[in-house]
Amino acid sequence: MPAVSKGDGMRGLAVFISDIRNCKSKEAEIKRINKELANIRSKFKGDKALDGYSKKKYVCKLLFIFLLGHDIDFGHMEAVNLLSSNRYTEKQIGYLFISVLVNSNSELIRLINNAIKNDLASRNPTFMGLALHCIANVGSREMAEAFAGEIPKILVAGDTMDSVKQSAALCLLRLYRTSPDLVPMGDWTSRVVHLLNDQHLGVVTAATSLITTLAQKNPEEFKTSVSLAVSRLSRIVTSASTDLQDYTYYFVPAPWLSVKLLRLLQCYPPPDPAVRGRLTECLETILNKAQEPPKSKKVQHSNAKNAVLFETISLIIHHDSEPNLLVRACNQLGQFLQHRETNLRYLALESMCTLASSEFSHEAVKTHIETVINALKTERDVSVRQRAVDLLYAMCDRSNAQQIVAEMLSYLETADYSIREEIVLKVAILAEKYAVDYTWYVDTILNLIRIAGDYVSEEVWYRVIQIVINRDDVQGYAAKTVFEALQAPACHENLVKVGGYILGEFGNLIAGDPRSSPLIQFHLLHSKFHLCSVPTRALLLSTYIKFVNLFPEVKTTIQDVLRSDSQLKNADVELQQRAVEYLRLSTVASTDILATVLEEMPPFPERQSSILAKLKKKKGPDTATGLEEAKRERSAAVNGGPEPAPASAASTPSPSADLLGLGAAPPAPAGPPPSSGGLLVDVFSDSPSAVAPLAPGSEDNFARFVCKNNGVLFENQLLQIGLKSEFRQNLGRMFIFYGNKTSTQFLNFTPTLICSDDLQMNLSLQTKPVDPTVDGGAQVQQVVNIECVSDFTEAPVLNIQFRYGGTFQNVSVKLPITLNKFFQPTEMASQDFFQRWKQLSNPQQEVQNIFKAKHPMDTEITKAKIIGFGSALLEEVDPNPANFVGAGIIHTKTTQIGCLLRLEPNLQAQPPSPRARVPRPRCCSWSDPVPCVLALSWTPQ
Amino acid sequence: MQFMLLFSRQGKLRLQKWYVPLSDKEKKKITRELVQTVLARKPKMCSFLEWRDLKIVYKRYASLYFCCAIEDQDNELITLEIIHRYVELLDKYFGSVCELDIIFNFEKAYFILDEFLLGGEVQETSKKNVLKAIEQADLLQEKTENMYHSKSFIGCKRAY
Repeated sequence: MPAVSKGDGMRGLAVFISDIRNCKSKEAEIKRINKELANIRSKFKGDKALDGYSKKKYVCKLLFIFLLGHDIDFGHMEAVNLLSSNRYTEKQIGYLFISVLVNSNSELIRLINNAIKNDLASRNPTFMGLALHCIANVGSREMAEAFAGEIPKILVAGDTMDSVKQSAALCLLRLYRTSPDLVPMGDWTSRVVHLLNDQHLGVVTAATSLITTLAQKNPEEFKTSVSLAVSRLSRIVTSASTDLQDYTYYFVPAPWLSVKLLRLLQCYPPPDPAVRGRLTECLETILNKAQEPPKSKKVQHSNAKNAVLFETISLIIHHDSEPNLLVRACNQLGQFLQHRETNLRYLALESMCTLASSEFSHEAVKTHIETVINALKTERDVSVRQRAVDLLYAMCDRSNAQQIVAEMLSYLETADYSIREEIVLKVAILAEKYAVDYTWYVDTILNLIRIAGDYVSEEVWYRVIQIVINRDDVQGYAAKTVFEALQAPACHENLVKVGGYILGEFGNLIAGDPRSSPLIQFHLLHSKFHLCSVPTRALLLSTYIKFVNLFPEVKTTIQDVLRSDSQLKNADVELQQRAVEYLRLSTVASTDILATVLEEMPPFPERQSSILAKLKKKKGPDTATGLEEAKRERSAAVNGGPEPAPASAASTPSPSADLLGLGAAPPAPAGPPPSSGGLLVDVFSDSPSAVAPLAPGSEDNFARFVCKNNGVLFENQLLQIGLKSEFRQNLGRMFIFYGNKTSTQFLNFTPTLICSDDLQMNLSLQTKPVDPTVDGGAQVQQVVNIECVSDFTEAPVLNIQFRYGGTFQNVSVKLPITLNKFFQPTEMASQDFFQRWKQLSNPQQEVQNIFKAKHPMDTEITKAKIIGFGSALLEEVDPNPANFVGAGIIHTKTTQIGCLLRLEPNLQAQPPSPRARVPRPRCCSWSDPVPCVLALSWTPQ
Repeated sequence: MQFMLLFSRQGKLRLQKWYVPLSDKEKKKITRELVQTVLARKPKMCSFLEWRDLKIVYKRYASLYFCCAIEDQDNELITLEIIHRYVELLDKYFGSVCELDIIFNFEKAYFILDEFLLGGEVQETSKKNVLKAIEQADLLQEKTENMYHSKSFIGCKRAY
């Protein structure tokens, strides 16, 4: 009798599955399923009560349909009913359905929890097991709330069956992962630790997983587990292969448990000497066993044995304190590098990466360089080759940098597209870090651009320019080399950028050679001009004006180029502006002035390489590479590395933004202020999810809009945002105009209005999405309908994301919708004003703010501001002629608020700038918003 | 372990077990992506690959792929043997298991997995102990089953 028929009774289910399998098309399958769903629905709804068996069968069919990928929206209740059945088989199907289909359906969860509670209390181990499995499978917060207190008790109770203990341990682990705050630590923890001594290896296995996870967060509480784990491990590794009976797996004693114990030990530093001796013995035994001939030819034997070995090596690396063990580990991995099993080669490469970062084993790892290079050339699996690249990067130091960089460069020619960018970054970093001879560095980067120009990110070519500028010994060589590289008929645009910049700075160093005379340099660059994108052309224009200063003999040629229609009347504003300004500059300025203005760029501050930051960002902060990088930087500093990088990330000025610092456009593209660190990385990174910090200068613009409704809110090299708005009572409408200043399309253009939760309640904004493509030079318009529901203080933020060229742009500006926009002026006489002013004497009805004016006060401007602010200006109301008085009503949907305001300039105050005292609107129910709006509005323009 | 998927060479999902909370949509997306990736790999390639921030460990048995997603610090080789032990358990229970057994007795495949792995961790590695638990359950099932139906479904394997 085949085992399959054991207890199998659901004939209807088997028939249904057969039917589905026989369906010839997707449509037929859906038809069959719909028929079945209708049938089940009618059965569930029918008058006749279903017996347990039928209910089980139908629930099981629903489950099958769900697992096929169809939605199931009924049957949950029937499944829950099955939970309270006394028949094991029905209960089991009920639990399975719940485990697979119920996430946290709040109506049912109470019923489910009730059923679980009954089963846990039943003292029937099979029922308890089912209930625990269900909790572990669902693992929702509601379940954690209900059972996190109960399960530890089951786990440590003396009379709990072993199998239940196992389930309880892992169930608790799952709940701890979902809701650590709901699992209370307590007396039970010490008893759980002692489960490591349990006789039943299954219990020890489950408990070790639980302890490892708990120990990561509460190391103190579980530190006694270290010695227990060591002695358990010691007993396992010294046991004969038959001692552990069914826990021996293909002649390897308890491999799963061994791996878990070794993982647990990685939560702690090396233990006290007494325990440490024993542990070292264990680790040596495992390393020794690796050298023994295999006890079986089966791959399972070797996998299980090596799983323990690799975990052992991880622990040795984690402790990083026993040179002897580290070197032995390295030799072991070295053997695997040439193993015929691809899996072992992969893991050996991966594991050696971490060994390379230990000072004890770095040299030992380096001895395998030829094997690793060979792997790069011969491995057929890209994931293995990727590991080889990682390892070469990790083992690189000054002694082998030239060889490794050369190998990586030659691999790059044929490398898979998916990993090219990363290799480029790695080559660039290594070339910089270990360059003794900077001509080699320049050659390497130019090669990099030649081989994989498209994968060379901005950071890489910025960096080569920074380095050339900072080291005068390499400048002549760099100029000569780029000049030669530019001779190629087709060269990558990145090379044109580097070439343009370097020749603009140092072209004079090679101008003595008639083969690279100024005119030839200029014609060479200009021959590439028309093939380049706008940013590169802008850079070349700057190179040209630099040439005017470097080589007076080409001045007229360059002026002719600048004067041509294609420059002076260029559709791109940036290019046109540069051409006009440079032409003018070259005409009017004397040689002295030119020489000063167009002086050689000052050295860049030495800072952490932005490329390194980019690689780290790509990899994420916590990866082994990052760690190893940090370690290596330390040792580089000790060895007197070329660039002792400070630990903190810092920004690097962008050489592309404006070559001369002369351009009329804002110097940096929209982005966070430099203080936010890693400017290059932030501006050019591809992280659409993060909302950009507010664009620089936008606060000032915002303030200007407090008293006016139309104008330019934001502008950078790419984008201009204009506003036009009108307000009436509590309603308003704002037109936002987005202008593309470049000649290139913006793609995925998405402006989003962001309101905090508070603001959302008080201010309602409605708008339609705009077309995601904005053509070069075009303007699109977006209308925002505004309703002020109640008073508010913050302003909404307008976030704009789009793709320009290859880069992702992210701009955020505050949108000037302030409470005073809903202000309607009210005229009143002096008597009325002061009568009301006095009525509003309650402290909550008054806000007063004293501030120092930044500029001398001009009466007319102040008057205009008060009117612009929205209130009526009441003249000849205040007995003191120096004071200004205003009144108005703020309209919101819910209420109208009358406001009186009075500005009392204090003209006598010293120092010269007058102090103004501004008594704030007195009104019925609100305090803060107005002064902050007002304070802004008095920020002089 | 974050999840385990069993799928056929044709890309049909036969079993899915998720040990982290994900929406159905996300689960479908992950499944689609991984099935595609794994099926595209050639036989001699290594059994591990990096995928998002996880490690994928997979192995093919006849027409079925077993595919597990583990976290960065988890052990790849032992995961391969988790897969193998699960296959052994299925094999022992069904008697030289084939894809059809898993299709027609999917609930059993889930029950066996639950006895072996819980919450993504190994619960019981002894083959004997796992099968004992399942057989006990079957005995309970038979007892109750016979009250309703005589066993008319013997030899069903050949019928499909």
